[in-house]
Amino acid sequence: MKTCLVVDDSKVIRKVARHILETLDFTVTEACDGREALASCMASIPDVILLDWNMPVMSGMDFLRALREADVPRRPKVVFCTTENGMAYIRAAIEAGADEYVMKPFDRDTLESKLQIVGMA
Amino acid sequence: MTSRAAPAPAASQATINVLTALLEARTGQQIAAYRSWRLDTALKPLLRARKLDTLDQLVTQLLQGSDRSIGDSIVDALVNQETSFFRDAQVFEMLAEAVADAERDGRRARIWCAGCSTGQEPLSLAMQFAERRDTGGVPMPEIVATDVSDAAVARARSGRFSQFEIQRGLPVRRMIRWFDTTGSDWAAKPELLGMVAFRRMNLVSDPAPPGQFDVVLCRNVLLYLSTDTKAEVFPKIAKAMKPGGVLVMGAGETVIGQTSAFAPSKRFRGLYEMPVQE
Repeated sequence: MKTCLVVDDSKVIRKVARHILETLDFTVTEACDGREALASCMASIPDVILLDWNMPVMSGMDFLRALREADVPRRPKVVFCTTENGMAYIRAAIEAGADEYVMKPFDRDTLESKLQIVGMA
Repeated sequence: MTSRAAPAPAASQATINVLTALLEARTGQQIAAYRSWRLDTALKPLLRARKLDTLDQLVTQLLQGSDRSIGDSIVDALVNQETSFFRDAQVFEMLAEAVADAERDGRRARIWCAGCSTGQEPLSLAMQFAERRDTGGVPMPEIVATDVSDAAVARARSGRFSQFEIQRGLPVRRMIRWFDTTGSDWAAKPELLGMVAFRRMNLVSDPAPPGQFDVVLCRNVLLYLSTDTKAEVFPKIAKAMKPGGVLVMGAGETVIGQTSAFAPSKRFRGLYEMPVQE
């Protein structure tokens, strides 16, 4: 079964994402900020990470940079999932190593299509 | 005390008959009796825009004939415009091969999107082949896109998509390469829009675009037509194609038992070909 780490400080978003991902046959784990997500990845690398941008403690962008520099056994796909919808944010995310980008609000079709694009659905 | 608006009364059978007859007369498309609930959903925005409460009132205005735009608006609302970028990605991979085959003798390939809705399908093809042009120096195929709905063609020509529409099926790198933000929407760059010729065309009653095509995409369009209407449309599509041309239909559609003009392709699984006459 594919695994997805949902990183978002909103409990509601994590719940919605978990529900959609489970219907797509993912095993889901959650983290509420970048630092918690990094610790989770050090313990077990997921297949894909759904990543919010603005979070307390460690932002999504700081997490992504740390992840891409970390010595991890494989490279998980990272899909940003954020309300930051400007072109500059999207370009910055890709340059930092994001594979895809979902602009909130999103629905099941959007998330599924983005996961298909990164070869995960 | 709170007041709650009473639900609109169900449309009369006479109203349903008028609306479904109008759609079939204008487009050839049918709405099966068991799907007549769709009328309510699809026409709700039109009722709101015209400050009407019921479909019966809408049909009364239609039949009074004082405003000719009502019929157009009803048809535009009822035509199924479901589409997305790169819908069924494997189809686009097969079309890359089909187009390359058609170009073997050095000609420029021609593609017709018959039933292009709001434009995501032809723009997906344009992006795919423009990127091939940029990396391989291969000329762009000619892409013609038609739809029966004036409103759909107008939207396709505008190249504007909502945040929901732009995200469905479109990889982010392509999104930032080919689109710009404009307010909360995304707009196709003029370079991309210029690669597709959009036209309004009724597949049933209008002549096909001139010339012959190597590839025709007609996905999830014919399934709304009656058997008799399909029997008229298949030969029209075939006549617009080169021998050996490839026909793409929706995933749940087939030509089998419907026409002898096309046969399942031996090269491309799920696609159809016009047999080459020996």
